[in-house]
This record gives sequence, structure tokens and C-alpha cells, in this order.
Amino acid sequence: MAFYVVQFLTGLASAASLFLVASGLSIIFGVTRIVNFAHGAFYMIGAYIAFTLTERLSGACGFWGAIVIAAFAVALIGVIVEMVLLRRIYHAPELFQLLATFGLTLMVEDLVVLIWGPDDLVGRRAPGFKGAIDFFGQNIPSYDLFLIVLSPVVLGILWLLFQRTRWGVLVRAATQDRDMVAALGVNQKWLFTSVFAVGVFLAALGGALQIPRDAVHHAMDLRIIVEVFVVVVIGGLGSIVGAFVAAVLVSELNAFGILIFPKISIILVFLVMAVVLIVRPWGLFGKPEAAARKTPGLTVNPWRPLTSNERLAALAALVIAATLPLFAGNYVLTVGSEIAIFVIFAVSLHFLMSVGGLASFGHAAYFGLGAYGVAFLAKIAGLPMIVCLLLGPLLGCMGAAVFGFFAVQLSGVYFAMLTLAFAQIVWSIAFQWVSVTGGDNGILGVWPSSWAASPGHFYWLALGVAALVTVALRAMVFSPFGYALRATRDSPLRSEAVGINAKRIQWTAFVIAGTTAGIGGALFAYLKGSVFPDNLGISLSVDALVMVLLGGVETVSGAVIGAIVYKALNIWLVSQTDLSKLVLGGFIVLIVVVFPKGIVGTLEMLAQRRRKTSPPGSPLLAKPIESVE
Amino acid sequence: MRARNTFVGAAFALLAGGMAHSAVAQEIKIGEINSYSLLPAFTEPYRKGWQLAVEQVNAAGGINGKKLVVVSKDDGGKPADAQTAANELVSSEGVAMLTGTFLSNIGLAVSDFANQKKVFFLAAEPLTDAITWSKGNKYTFRLRPSNYMQAAMLVEAASKLPAKRWATIAPNYEYGQSAVAVFKKLMSEKRPDIQWVDEQWPPQGKIDAGPVVQAVAAANPEAILNVTFGADLVKLVREGNTRGLFKGREVVSFLTGEPEYLDPLKDETPEGWIVTGYPWYSIKTPEHDAFLKAYQAKYNDYPRLGSIVGYQTIKAAAAILAKAGSTDPEKLIAAAEGLSMPSPFGEITFRKIDHQSTLGAYVGKTALKDGKGVMVDSSYKKGSDYLPSDAEVEKLRPKD
Repeated sequence: MAFYVVQFLTGLASAASLFLVASGLSIIFGVTRIVNFAHGAFYMIGAYIAFTLTERLSGACGFWGAIVIAAFAVALIGVIVEMVLLRRIYHAPELFQLLATFGLTLMVEDLVVLIWGPDDLVGRRAPGFKGAIDFFGQNIPSYDLFLIVLSPVVLGILWLLFQRTRWGVLVRAATQDRDMVAALGVNQKWLFTSVFAVGVFLAALGGALQIPRDAVHHAMDLRIIVEVFVVVVIGGLGSIVGAFVAAVLVSELNAFGILIFPKISIILVFLVMAVVLIVRPWGLFGKPEAAARKTPGLTVNPWRPLTSNERLAALAALVIAATLPLFAGNYVLTVGSEIAIFVIFAVSLHFLMSVGGLASFGHAAYFGLGAYGVAFLAKIAGLPMIVCLLLGPLLGCMGAAVFGFFAVQLSGVYFAMLTLAFAQIVWSIAFQWVSVTGGDNGILGVWPSSWAASPGHFYWLALGVAALVTVALRAMVFSPFGYALRATRDSPLRSEAVGINAKRIQWTAFVIAGTTAGIGGALFAYLKGSVFPDNLGISLSVDALVMVLLGGVETVSGAVIGAIVYKALNIWLVSQTDLSKLVLGGFIVLIVVVFPKGIVGTLEMLAQRRRKTSPPGSPLLAKPIESVE
Repeated sequence: MRARNTFVGAAFALLAGGMAHSAVAQEIKIGEINSYSLLPAFTEPYRKGWQLAVEQVNAAGGINGKKLVVVSKDDGGKPADAQTAANELVSSEGVAMLTGTFLSNIGLAVSDFANQKKVFFLAAEPLTDAITWSKGNKYTFRLRPSNYMQAAMLVEAASKLPAKRWATIAPNYEYGQSAVAVFKKLMSEKRPDIQWVDEQWPPQGKIDAGPVVQAVAAANPEAILNVTFGADLVKLVREGNTRGLFKGREVVSFLTGEPEYLDPLKDETPEGWIVTGYPWYSIKTPEHDAFLKAYQAKYNDYPRLGSIVGYQTIKAAAAILAKAGSTDPEKLIAAAEGLSMPSPFGEITFRKIDHQSTLGAYVGKTALKDGKGVMVDSSYKKGSDYLPSDAEVEKLRPKD
């Protein structure tokens, strides 16, 4: 019995650190609607700075003082980031801020290694909390007890802050309806900055408090960021109490889960999230999002098919790209194939995101399923390459059909997080089912048949498929199905009123996007000759998101440019510099500032402005839509 | 729209192509790949090690008069990116062979690439048994003692312990799984009386140490096998110390004696663990003294195990290239099979039968000295003594 009590308390202690970080993220999202990918980075910097300070300052005062100073210092960094970077892009399309914070995260990962060195750092134990307390023969670390007490205290302080101060009232009002708050004359700039600072403070405090338990190292951020997102979503976005309950729930399930299934930790949080979101689509304590007052991301011109001149230009470009094997070497051709494959992957997500308004955080699942489909068919069934390429993506299609059915019941960030949960579940199956998938050692030897083996031929194959896929998806955008899909995105109520079955349309779009991603994955398996669980992983899903956002989510085919720029730059930088993450992250931040609508989106806008100043060619084109719900 | 896209693509592609220089006739290039950005704690000393080796090889006249050049790439910890890098090294840089890699899955990905493209590959660090056995191929050689060998070394010491109730803690991925599987198998062969009472599989890099320690303690084992390393090990040790998990229990642990993983533990280093590792401070052989002196003179820092691995990888590559007198992969394979060479740990040989080197490891016990973790009572275990019989290896390895 004593054991179960101690295990319960241990779970509570784990929940404490999760809660601190999660509450900060939840507040920031609630008010600013920023999906703050850099939250883990702030957590990590908090730990690093606290490490340095606790090594320098002596005594109990020194230790606890160092923790608090570190959290304030990082909060200050957060304020600078918010004022210099994020303020510029609040009006960018939804999720675009994710791109900026993603760039920051990349930079921080390299910076901490530059500043603090590559070794894992182990900080001091907290003065006064070094030992353990005997509980009927079981030991409970006293620091755990401190954390167990601390988190309800923080919860209480936050509650008072939100319920009893004017600032708290404003924050709650902004969480509910920020346009209204702005209309009432509240200075939104400072409200957002202060909220961001508080959120970052909590993240850094969470990091700093890990020093007596953990090692400080450069991958701390990624270790926590996804789980924190999950906790926030399980609890309900913007709900502090929800974050607390979710952190406790997840930690306790883990603490007791490993007694029965020692391998459960790897997937537990995602299973919990999937179940919670299916049963309660807005998390445990969340409320349904109010209907959007403004149509998301439609301040641009209505989309139109390419004119015949543009079509010719596109064709010419394709022809030029197709001449690459005549003069380029094997390496360039293989990189070209890889870029073409990522164009397929990016346009498939772009179709879902920009046409369907459904941002998936787990799109790599269908890419990876396509790859595994090919690997199974080629290695187990021994089928020839053509057959594998045609049938392999069906696995992606099936996965999308099953998961898509559940996912399209939700919308917004909840939709995104449910897709993430499904992707992680698929990933963990690929990771754990060693006898079938080979686990993380993957499936090797999936090489192309002789007709496609030469890099030139494979490049033509990849380029051809990429062109076909892009054209097909474009055609779909301007088909009746595409219009119906856009209707469900722009106005769920009106589209319902005219008799569109929104869920079915969105589900179909999900399956189309998943299958297309599967095609990319199938080609990728043959390009690399092997398939690994990585192909389904979070980082690949994030890459796809970045490509779409970089290209411009409000465009018809911006993802094509986004994929080419991001992938080419990534491969080139990794090959040329040891600080590729720093440079790539810096580049992304720069692009975010210079092209606030994505590369293609901003270029289109500039072209549009120029057209406006000259006599309008087509009155329809020059008139932006003002959509009011 | 597409017009612009493809132009940009072509421009980038050209740019990337322009970066590749044609090989100069008087140099021999080796392509080196490792997870520099993902695992800097290991790869920084590793890089220093191989840079020292390159310097020494060239100071001694290069390879049959040609200058040795190592072109190094980062794989970011992703098998797919490792293959992109391998392809660049082979296709654009024209390297004579590939070396390096840390993670097992990346080692396997590059090994499969080498087999497909018929390129010589000397894997430095990946520990998986598959790379030389179940998924072995004729183009791939491996330097470090494999999982099996390290397990066999530890079992030798562990089987002498009186403990009968054992629990295991290992990261939940291939390395942890196979380390535990081999250890259990070899251990149960020597000691049929042993019971395995609990196993914990925290995700790599994400151990929730408190509950794991508590769960192991609840099973009340007499001895524990640990396979976690890096930040996970730190958390496990700290929680274990505070909760008294290691008190009165024997612990056998993979890799923990390596300075990369032992040094961060500082004054929390648990005493008396039986570990594999690298006690650079207590190795007194002429070969190692020479290496240690050269390393400390160049970097003003002590070597980690990564330094040895990086150093010996390039030394081995140079020896193979020198003996082959050619960069033809078939000749390199012929030269490497059965080739013996000196190393800081004494003479090693690349076995013909499975392309595994006989580099060994040090086994000893952890201890606390002046607030730092060290390995004591350590002895070198030759790799050749801890491999299965040739007949067994032949069964494990597919025919070329």
C-alpha cells in the first residue's frame, strides 16, 4: 500500500514540472493565439541560466535566488522576442507565428551548445531538499514534496492573478474575444507583451526547477515541448485548471501504467489525448471556440486558375527542370529527386491546410505509411517496383480514411493535435512492432528496379509525379468539390445552409491529402532504399508545416516554392556548416519578417499592389473580399 | 507560378553542384558522417580524435605519398539525411570510402547504401549486432565492440555475483532492446538459476525517473542491469540515489564508465557499479601513452571514448587504404579482411568472417574520487575473446 501512495506522489511531482511549463503555454495561446513552438526553448534557456547562476552564487539564498533570477532573465528575453519579432506578425495568417517560433527554437538549440558547450551539465541539489523522507519503508525525495506543494501554489497565484486583478480580467476577456477587448480601447500591444512575459516566466521557472533532478542539455526543449502541447490540449486551451488536471492525469497514468506495461511511456500521452479529444472535442476544461468573426486568412484576392500565359510559363519551367539530368551530376539529381518528393508531400498538406482550412500536425503519418506500404510490398511480397509504387500509397490512403474520420469532427488546433496524436500512435507502432517493421532499425534494401535506378531516371520519375500531383490538386481546387471544400472552410454555417455535407467533404479532402502524401512517401522509400520510423515522425510533420507556411498558406500552390526553398536550403546548409540549425533558424525568422504572408503570398500581394496602381485589367481581381459572418 | 518554382529549384541545384570540387589527384579523400548536431557530447571529442589521426597520418607521409583528406558531414540524427550526405560524399566529393556514424539505425542505413552503391564503409560507433551479422554485407566493416561483445564482457563479471533476482532498465529502442536480450541470454546460459523479476523501458531521452526507480524497487531485485546513458542516466542515478534504489544492490551497466557519461555525474556517481568504459587515467601502456600525450598536447583536454573511436577509425581507414594501394572497393575489402594494426588499446584485427574489429573495452567498477566519478579495478577485455564461434557467426550472417 505504501508503495502505491509513494508512486502516486512521485507522479504528482512529475506533474508539477509539466504543469508549470504547460500553464505558460496555455496562457500565451489563450490570449495571443500563438502556437508557441519556442516554449520548450525558453524552458531550456531557463535551465541553462539557472545552472550557471547556481554554480556561481553560494548558499541557500544563492540557489533559490538564482532560480528566480533565471526565470526573470528569460522572461525579459521573451519580452524582447515578442516586441521585436512577434508583434510584426500578429496579423499574418493563422499559424504563421508557429514558423517564427520554430525558427527561434532551431537557433536556440545551436546557441546553447555554443555558449555552454556540448557536455551534459548536472547542477547542484537544492539546499534543504537533498535527501528523502521515509514513508513506511519507501523513500520520497524531499524535493519531490517541494514540487508537489509548489504547483498548487502556482495554480493558486495564477488564479488570484486572473480573478482578482484588472490585468487578469483583461486577459480573460482577451482569451474569450480579443477583438472586442481591442474595440473597448485596451492597449493590446502591452497586454500581449505582458501575457507573453508571464508565460515565458513560467516556462523558464519550470526549466530552472529541473536542475536538482535532471541534466541540462541541448535537447531538453524537444523533450518537453510536444508533451506540454498535449497537456494543454487535454486540459482545454487557455484553461489553467485544465492544464493542472491534465498534467496530473498524464503523469499518474504514466506512473502506474509502467507497472503493467513498461513500454507504455512512449505513447501514453498521445493515447490519452486521442481518447479525450474524441470524447470531449475541446479538452477536459475547454469551451467550444466561438465562431470566427472574420473569415480566417481571406483578405487576399479570390483564387483563379492560371491564365494561358502562366500555364505556358509553368510548362516551360517544367521542361527546363526536366533537362537537369543532361548536365548535372548524380548528387544534384538525387537532391533534385528529394526536393521533388517533398514538393509532393508539401502540396498534399497545403491542399488540406489552405483549401480545407485544416492544419494537420501529423501529416508525416501518411507519408510514412506510403513508404512502409512500399517496403512491405517490396520486401515481404516481393512485388515489382511499378506495382509497389501504385499500391504502396494505399496504406497512406487507408490510414487517412480511418484517422481522418475522427479528426474532421474537430477543427482548429484541436484538429491539429488529434492528427498529431494519430501520427504518434502510428509512429509508435512502427517503432515497437519490431518483428514486422524492424523497429527503429527500419526496413532496408528497398532499392528501385533497374529502369529507375539511375539518378537521372529517378529524377524524371519524381519530377513527373510531382508535376502530375500538383496539377491534379490544382484542378481539384477549381472543381465543384474544391469550391465546396472552400465553402466549408470559409463559412461552415452558410455551406451547411446550402446543403453541403461539411464533414464528408472534409473527410474526402483528408483522404485525398493522405493518399497524395503516401505517393510522396512511396517514392521516398525507393529514393533512400530504406524506411525508418523517422518517416512518420513529428519532425517530418513539422517540416511539412514549415514548407507550407513558408510558401504562403493563402496561395493556391505556394507550398511548391516553400518545399523547394526549405528543402534545398536545409540540405545545402547541413552540408556546408556545422551551425546549420542556427543559420536555418535565422533565415526562417528573417523570411517571417520580410514575407509575412509567406514567400509566394507576399510576392502575390506586391504584384497585386502594382496592378492596383495601374488601370485594373479585371475589376474582379482588384477587389479584395470582405467577408463578414 | 510553377515557372518561378522550378527556376529556383534549378538555381539551388546548380549552386549545390558548384560546391563540389573535383578530386585533386594527389589526395585521397575519406567521407565521414556523424550526428554532430544531435550528439555533440560524443561527437566533439570524436571529431578531435579523427582530426589528430589525420594530422599524424599526413605528418608520416600520408597514404603511399598521397595526402589524406577527410570530408565530414552532419546527419542530424536522421537516417535519411545520412544517406543524402553519403550520396554527396560519394557522388560529388569522390571519396574513396565512407566512415563514421553513431546511431545504429543510421549505421544500418549507410551500410545498406554502401552495399547498394558498392562503396567501402567503415562504421565507427554503431553498436547493433545487425550491422555485422543479420544485416551484414561485404562492404561494411565495424570498429567498436558490438552489443554482443560488451554484453559478454559484462556477463563474465556479472555471472560471478551471488544475485539471483535481476531487473533491467533500458531505453526503449533497438540498442536497449538488443543489449537486454543478449545480456539475458548469455547470463541465463551461465546461470540457469537466475530470475528476471522486472523490466523497465523508458523512452530514450524521456525517462520519467521517479516512477521508474520506484517500480524497480518494488520488484525487489538483488541486482539491476542498466542500459540507459546520457541525460537519462543522470536522472536515473539522481532519483536512484535519493530513493536508495542502489543500496545493497549490485548494478551492472553498459557504457557508464565512458567519460562522456561518467563525468557529468560528478559527486553523484554511484559506487561499485560494474561497467564498460574508458579509464584513460589508469591505462599504462606505451600505445595509449603515446596517444594520450599527443591528444593532450594538441587539445589541452583529456580524451573521451569518442576520441579513441574517432582516432582509430581514421587510423584504420588509413591502414586499409595504404595496404590496398588503390581506392577500388573490392581491393579495399581484400586489404581490410584480416588486417591487423596497432591502436591505443593494443593490436586489433578486422575479422574476415564478419568484418568486426577485435577492438575491446575496459571493464571495471565505478568509484568516487575527489568528487568525481572514476573507474577502478579496470582491465582490458580483448574483443576477440568475446565473440561467438565461427560456426555460429556463419549462421548469423547472410552469405555475400
